[in-house]
Amino acid sequence: MNKLRRSGNIRFVAILAAVLAVTFIFAFLGLGWARWPLSAQVVWDVLLGGGSPVNRTIVLDINLPRVIMAVFVGAGLAISGAVMQALFRNPMASPYILGVSSGAALGAAIGMLFTIPFIPYLIATPLLAFVFCFGTMMLVYSLSRVGGSTHVETLLLSGIAVGAFISAIVSFLTFIAGDRMEGIVFWSMGSLSKASFMNLSIVIPVIVAGLFIILMLSKELNAMMLGDAHAMDLGVDVKRTRLVLLIATTAVTSVSVAFVGVIGFVGLVIPHIVRMLVGPDNRSVIPLSIFAGAAYLVICDYIAHAFSGSVGVMPIGIITALIGGPYFIYLLRRRRHQVGWT
Amino acid sequence: MDVIVDVRDLSFDYNRSPVLDGVDLRIRKGEVLGILGPNGCGKTTLLKNLNKNLQPHGGCVMLDGEDLKDLSKKDIARDIAVVPQSNEIRFAFTVQDIVTMGRMPFMGAFSGETSQDLGIVRDAMERTGILQFKDRHINTMSGGERQRVIIARALAQTPSVLLLDEPTLHLDISTQFDVLDLVRRLSEDEGLTVVIVSHDLSMAVRYCDRVMMLKDHRVFALGTPEEVLTPENMREVFNVDAVLEKDARNGRDTVRIFGSCTGR
Repeated sequence: MNKLRRSGNIRFVAILAAVLAVTFIFAFLGLGWARWPLSAQVVWDVLLGGGSPVNRTIVLDINLPRVIMAVFVGAGLAISGAVMQALFRNPMASPYILGVSSGAALGAAIGMLFTIPFIPYLIATPLLAFVFCFGTMMLVYSLSRVGGSTHVETLLLSGIAVGAFISAIVSFLTFIAGDRMEGIVFWSMGSLSKASFMNLSIVIPVIVAGLFIILMLSKELNAMMLGDAHAMDLGVDVKRTRLVLLIATTAVTSVSVAFVGVIGFVGLVIPHIVRMLVGPDNRSVIPLSIFAGAAYLVICDYIAHAFSGSVGVMPIGIITALIGGPYFIYLLRRRRHQVGWT
Repeated sequence: MDVIVDVRDLSFDYNRSPVLDGVDLRIRKGEVLGILGPNGCGKTTLLKNLNKNLQPHGGCVMLDGEDLKDLSKKDIARDIAVVPQSNEIRFAFTVQDIVTMGRMPFMGAFSGETSQDLGIVRDAMERTGILQFKDRHINTMSGGERQRVIIARALAQTPSVLLLDEPTLHLDISTQFDVLDLVRRLSEDEGLTVVIVSHDLSMAVRYCDRVMMLKDHRVFALGTPEEVLTPENMREVFNVDAVLEKDARNGRDTVRIFGSCTGR
């Protein structure tokens, strides 16, 4: 009797290895950026504990937190998209499309513009981002609920409408911010330039906790992709699982948005590519999306620096959208079937 | 005979209007039970109460002597498997992926399927005749093939009770027979208890040991097909002029429907 095998194990490992290799190469390259980029040899010396004080500052204090931020934010955004697509059974769902990124941005903008009493800035901004992000998610979700069931088309439309409205409020706040406007504009385009070890001390625990919870529920997510009734029949407590997943993705999205702004298309494009490579099983899609998302942002960070001019480094959100947008349109045209469009 | 699922005085409301009102039903171990009734009589709601997809507003459902209220969804899924009405799946899972999901109630958060699980999955696919399709994508398959995959998934749950909600609704006529033959065989070979919700009277006669008629949110009749499917009952519940008679060709009971009673 020929035995069954778990499908795609070798493929999974091979792809994971390739993604990790790419991440390390571009992360290493990203460590060398400066007004006059450092050579690989210099970066290597610094990493081994040598190098001049100036080079050590460039590599370890300026570039390293930014590259680490790219890794964690990329992982978080990609996995948030993967979860939302599965949860809403719609390949278009992502934090950006559903308007929840905008919600987080509004919270974060309020945190940046107004001093919140008794809560330190570093905590207040992500906290407000989370509250507004979750509120937006609930608003969009309840808008799209008709008689107890969620219609995906309505969900997307509500997301787009609410997202556009909230973006307008963010623009309004930005406009009246006066002299503080410049920083916010930069942030609202999505930028890693403010990354610091201080920020990372908030970002990393939240994202790691979110990823852990989502990884733990990836089997349940598979069942929910078939439909809520299927999932219940297979023993999933659908309401509780959905709530936990929504809180986890909201936390991951909002902490990212709070420190690096709205970086679009990562959550949309990465899970799609991963699904095309390994199929829809979330036990492969979720872990691979983590690393592929990290790789994507590290690469985009590299490109953003390569295109930086006299005004400074280009906001990474521009790059992710410039690459992600056309690629997504290509997917839409060519690969409908493979990505689950019917 | 042993009772496996005991429904006691079950009531369920939807937006304050009753869908089920004091339903009593003892499902026997190993039987094939048909639940018949016109659209909107609460058949599907009853089925959903049997595995706690919905929770009763009054009364209770006991599984092997335990109130479903006290069991987790996961516990229930180890004993009761469901083949739902609609099985359209948009994502490109392979047949094996889907059938393997039947093992979910037995797996922990981070553990994958064991070789024992894979053995059960293979067996389920073999018995439903879909092993040769195991690598095909579910979203490219026809309704009848998908139905088999979902039945295989249900078998992979190694359940003692199988619930089917209108299993033949969107199938070709020959496929309808294939699917129900399969279910009947599983019941006979392995003592699986089967509950089929349907409004197809002929199918019920052919495949069920007992049938129950639901009307106006209550049990209207319960017994063998001969006892329940009388001309009076069929007129009362389904508003049709019909008789249960022996088929001239094979001597089997069959339902002959002459037409609607409206206007007669």
